[in-house]
Amino acid sequence: MATATAVLQSEWTKIRTVSSTVWTLASALLVTVAMGAALSALLSSEFDNLSEAERLTFDPTLVSFSGTVLGQLAMVVFGVLVVGTEYSSGMIRTSLAAVPQRATFLFSKIAVAGVLALLVGLLTSFLSFFLGQALLGDHGTTIGAENVLRAVVGGGLYMGLIAVFSMGVTAMLRSSMLSLGILVPFFFLVSQILAAVPKAKEVARYFPDQAGSKIMQVVPGALDSEKVPYGPWGGLGIMLLWVAAALLGGYLVLRKRDA
Amino acid sequence: MIEAVGLTKRYGAKTAVYDLSFRVRPGVVTGFLGPNGSGKSTTMRMILGLDQPSAGHVTIGGHPFRQLPNAPRQVGALLDAKAVHGGRSARSHLLSLAQLAGIPAQRVDEVLGVVGLQDVAKRRSKGFSLGMGQRLGIAAALLGDPQVLLFDEPVNGLDPEGILWVRNLMKKLAAEGRTVFVSSHLMSEMALTADHLIVIGRGQLLADMSVKDFISANSADFARVRTPGTEPAQREKLTTVLTEAGGQVLSEPDGALRVTGLPLPRISDLAHDADVRLWELSPHQASLEEAYMRLTQGAVDYRSTDDRLAHLQPPLQPGQPGYGVPQQPSVQDVPQQGWYAPPPPGQNPYATAPQAPGHAPAPAPAPGPYAPQAAPRPSDTPKDAR
Repeated sequence: MATATAVLQSEWTKIRTVSSTVWTLASALLVTVAMGAALSALLSSEFDNLSEAERLTFDPTLVSFSGTVLGQLAMVVFGVLVVGTEYSSGMIRTSLAAVPQRATFLFSKIAVAGVLALLVGLLTSFLSFFLGQALLGDHGTTIGAENVLRAVVGGGLYMGLIAVFSMGVTAMLRSSMLSLGILVPFFFLVSQILAAVPKAKEVARYFPDQAGSKIMQVVPGALDSEKVPYGPWGGLGIMLLWVAAALLGGYLVLRKRDA
Repeated sequence: MIEAVGLTKRYGAKTAVYDLSFRVRPGVVTGFLGPNGSGKSTTMRMILGLDQPSAGHVTIGGHPFRQLPNAPRQVGALLDAKAVHGGRSARSHLLSLAQLAGIPAQRVDEVLGVVGLQDVAKRRSKGFSLGMGQRLGIAAALLGDPQVLLFDEPVNGLDPEGILWVRNLMKKLAAEGRTVFVSSHLMSEMALTADHLIVIGRGQLLADMSVKDFISANSADFARVRTPGTEPAQREKLTTVLTEAGGQVLSEPDGALRVTGLPLPRISDLAHDADVRLWELSPHQASLEEAYMRLTQGAVDYRSTDDRLAHLQPPLQPGQPGYGVPQQPSVQDVPQQGWYAPPPPGQNPYATAPQAPGHAPAPAPAPGPYAPQAAPRPSDTPKDAR
């Protein structure tokens, strides 16, 4: 019986020995930080041109996380590739021949990749926050302010969970291409667009990214956005349910389907 | 020891493997043969617990694969040479596999040396040739020093030196008392490597016997007899004599006769008694390939195994209904694409495309619309006689 530690160690070797790990995680970090910084600088200079409502609900923490919308896509790619390359390369058969316990295999892989994504996510979110606040200047906030630390840590959690969600979906779909083709447009377009459409947004607010990203808000209804019937932790909870569902689905598919 | 009992695998309406039972014993190389799509790879995947059988079960050393304690230390497998993440180096790939079974990194370098990849160990496997990929796959199989080894087409893409190496490796592993199960399409290679054969066709077991038995059970050893080309009468005379004596005579395209069912000395004696001169009298033994083609042809045609094997029995003897002394000593031609008998020397029967799907009927006095072999003729004839 391949022990969990052995599988974890093996999965870590797998992750660190492919270059896609480095470039997806690095671009997640760079894109998020850079875009957050750019928007922080922009809003800092344009602050006086904002509407009354927007100024009243100005959320400097959330502004510094503006890059997440784009940066999360790199996290999606990371999550998809970690699981998907097993299928596209055929490595899955070698892996499962070595680890017949499929639950051990899948969850070890996701644990290793998830923790790595979480660490990169936390680093990203702290970097984004401090850089963003520095650029916001007078309009910025500090880490010690109320709820700000929760939002910054939450930003890291959000990035990690997006990656884990993608891994679960890929385990269900068993294909990198298919998963990317569904997840990227979903997070980048469908979810964003539906969230702005009346009626549809009542549903869209329960999508994993819409719900989970509320953890990054310090001011409820920040920047004159829609009020939601759940709090920041409630939103993260909704996202966790999505992640759990994706993982369960991925596990069931792996257990049932032939490799 | 690998033991399959009533193994069946269905994909929707298609049955890939049906009621397959066999044992792969330790200490010998067991070859696993079958036409494309006959279920070899499916069977291998089921042995490794990758595919769940629809019915039946397969065990390794008494345990289903998924319940084996530390599987990589007990079973090594090469399923698909290209089943490697192309961006990962050969060494990293093996290291990740080694860590699963608690195999020290030192062993990784050892097996890299064994398969001759030490110089490219740090290179990404994306750039590997098929042969290098096979070597990497074999290295992965050897990693845990397992007692049971499965190789799916291990010599695919290897150079002659590599093929020789694999052959010796298989034999060495078996000689060490391990269970070695190898599938291959290369019959000549199997004849040299395997001691025992398991042959499947259309997902069903066709044969489970030693290579030697397999060849003798499924081959048509024959004698080639050539009479002076200038005297066709002698040829006809000999044909009559040989047929009366219980031989089966077919004509080869170049005029030689292909005789089965009579030992060579008897043919010589008969010819001598009939006062026929011989220009050639030579024995021809079937190769594993011919035996294999003969056996699996039936599987391709949806013909049942029992029926097939019945045809392989010695041909019916004269005196049986409808098969008396031929009125005209005309001789049936050897089918041009005959799969059952060896080709005339220097001619590759598979080099020329078949004239028709299936088997080209013998042109002249064909016994029926389809004359895939000599044997149906006697069995057809009684029907005609009725």
